[in-house]
Amino acid sequence: MQEKEPSLEAIQDIRRMMDRSSRFISLSGLSGISAGVFALAGAFLGARTLNEYYEQKFAVYGYQGAEFQTLKGQLLLIAVSVLVAALLSSYYFTWRKAKADRQTLWNPTSRRLIINMMIPLLAGGVFVLTMLQYDEWRFVAPTCLVFYGIALVNGSKYTLGEVRYLGLLQILLGLICAQPYFVGYGLYFWALGFGGLHILYGVFMWIRYERKGA
Amino acid sequence: MKNPINGLNKVFDNRVRLGVMSVLVVNQEISFNDLKSMLEVTDGNLATHLVHLEENGFVKVHKGFIGRKTNTTYSITKAGEKAFSDHIAALEGMIRGLK
Repeated sequence: MQEKEPSLEAIQDIRRMMDRSSRFISLSGLSGISAGVFALAGAFLGARTLNEYYEQKFAVYGYQGAEFQTLKGQLLLIAVSVLVAALLSSYYFTWRKAKADRQTLWNPTSRRLIINMMIPLLAGGVFVLTMLQYDEWRFVAPTCLVFYGIALVNGSKYTLGEVRYLGLLQILLGLICAQPYFVGYGLYFWALGFGGLHILYGVFMWIRYERKGA
Repeated sequence: MKNPINGLNKVFDNRVRLGVMSVLVVNQEISFNDLKSMLEVTDGNLATHLVHLEENGFVKVHKGFIGRKTNTTYSITKAGEKAFSDHIAALEGMIRGLK
């Protein structure tokens, strides 16, 4: 019996090192929650801005003219602010968790995670911009959701495995959103995916991995 | 019955060397500094163990530069992969034999 212990320990050591060097595990659930909250806030602001335009100005200006350009500018500003706020806040919580885990934030595993997520994200981003060049706005929300979902599925190999399910749900939501029945409800789906699912995922992960340790 | 202890490799007796091999089987190439932070060891300690592994032909060293700073990276050799998987098989055999 004495020899069972060291060999078991050695195998556990090996497993831990293999895992630790190939997956970035310091992703915090709080990052998901904060990104989701900013997404919901952004969606709310966006919906309000759109409603205002439709109620007060659409009858006069329609889909062109200076007022419409202002609307586009406002929406873009909201979108960029949400992106920056979500990135900064999730960076902060993950940085905090990495520090608690005595891990560095910038290591081979996080680099691999970022690179593998950026490939589908950049492709999706360029694709959305191309659609806007053609004034094709109907598939903006579904395309965001589908490409983001693909990025998560792709990145999940390099971080916590649960990210894969978040990705699959985003893809599913995006595909449903693209159906003719839901045209015009893109923002709601967008809020559900980037807001609701992020918060749900964040709470789940926080309860599962961080509650006891914190 | 065959004695399973025969399969264990003396080189992997040490936790740092075992750690280095575990990291290298799943990473094609890794720098000295990344290895150091993953294993939480000191420069001198890690360097000694890496030399030991290199002398046994289990790891390959690549010396390169990033700008003017040296950037030394390590990767596993075919012999290293074989020795490591034999070592794991022996560990498994021991656990199974003792059940």
